[in-house]
Amino acid sequence: MAGPDGRAVISCTGVRLDRGERTVLSDLDLTLSERRIGVIGANGSGKSSFARLLNGLLLPSRGNVTVDGLDTRKDAKGVRRKVGFLFQNPDNQIVYPTVGEDLAFGLKGRKLPKAEIAARVEATLQRFSLDGFGDRLVHELSGGERQMVALAGVMILDPDWLVLDEPTTLLDRRNTRRIMAAIEALDQNVILVTHDLRLLESFDRVVVFEAGRVIADAAPAEAIPAYLRLVE
Amino acid sequence: MITGLYRAGNSRLHRAGAGRKLLALILGGTLLLAISSLPLAALGLLIALALYGLAGFGPRVLWTQLRPIVFVLAVLFLAQLWLATPAEAVLVVLRFAALVLAAGLVTLTTRTSDLVAAIERGLSPLSRFGLDVAKVSLAISLAIRFIPAIGQIAGEVREAQLARGRRPSPLTLVVPVIVRLLKMADEITDAIDARS
Repeated sequence: MAGPDGRAVISCTGVRLDRGERTVLSDLDLTLSERRIGVIGANGSGKSSFARLLNGLLLPSRGNVTVDGLDTRKDAKGVRRKVGFLFQNPDNQIVYPTVGEDLAFGLKGRKLPKAEIAARVEATLQRFSLDGFGDRLVHELSGGERQMVALAGVMILDPDWLVLDEPTTLLDRRNTRRIMAAIEALDQNVILVTHDLRLLESFDRVVVFEAGRVIADAAPAEAIPAYLRLVE
Repeated sequence: MITGLYRAGNSRLHRAGAGRKLLALILGGTLLLAISSLPLAALGLLIALALYGLAGFGPRVLWTQLRPIVFVLAVLFLAQLWLATPAEAVLVVLRFAALVLAAGLVTLTTRTSDLVAAIERGLSPLSRFGLDVAKVSLAISLAIRFIPAIGQIAGEVREAQLARGRRPSPLTLVVPVIVRLLKMADEITDAIDARS
């Protein structure tokens, strides 16, 4: 179901996730509708698995994850149209050798006319300050440029939500600022998994994971100190 | 050659259709392998060199294409010299160099997406027999995209072993590189799913 402002709502109901014999997430009941949501937790706390549940890359062992009423188990394709996903390492996300071709990848899957694809690629290059990058080879770009290309490749599909799994971990301060500025300018709802707590200070909500469970879920001013008490 | 990859330009070769270039490459390659005349093989190499000029590429680009195969050419030459005659050794080297340069020229003057689309069109009749043409073309794109990445991973593993006092050998490189490639393949699969 859509939220009060017409945006998609992500709901996790009674979710448990097992991987092999290990339970990665348990007792997860969350409704996500805020524009900016941060997800934090120590390594192995389950936050990346949680992120992958939100667009159907992982399916819950028990319970349901729904996006705007669509169940990730029953309509993964529909869910992925609504929830874009940015990975930590852009090298594993960019599938074509040149920037322009890679941006067109997702659009081609949607069988759009060539002219429309070209126009959207051009507009997206400009929107993400990648003018003139269309014919550039991806493997010749810097890490920051590659992450921007990966972000553009997701946003060209115009999802309702963007889930980002530690997108700034491999970047220096300047490129982190560039990526965060681009993310802040988005109209979409954003769920950011990160270890960089400073990035979350202006967020609406922060969810803290520990050993596969949510141990705090509040505004940053309350949730971040709770996390710090846990790890320090 | 995949090392070539597309370089933007506006030459007649750049503007020519990807399908035509691929067809010309197949026909030219077949012809080169079919002939056993040394002058004709030399002519084939000269034509390939001339086409680089026509496409606006200088000696530097040419050397980028040839450098990775110099060792292979030398081995081929010596093997033929040993097993056959000097004339056959020269013939094999001329053929191989011309073929590699011609294939490199196709990738240098054709966007990967156009190349893949042309292959997709060429394979489309096979879809009647159950071939998933879209998957084949995606696999080709991925191969072209990730060859530089594989080189980078091998370089990183080599440096890591050197830094820890071990002299890298093909044997000690293979396992860590394969492990990292398998992990990478997992993430790429997720990424393709996420963008589909």
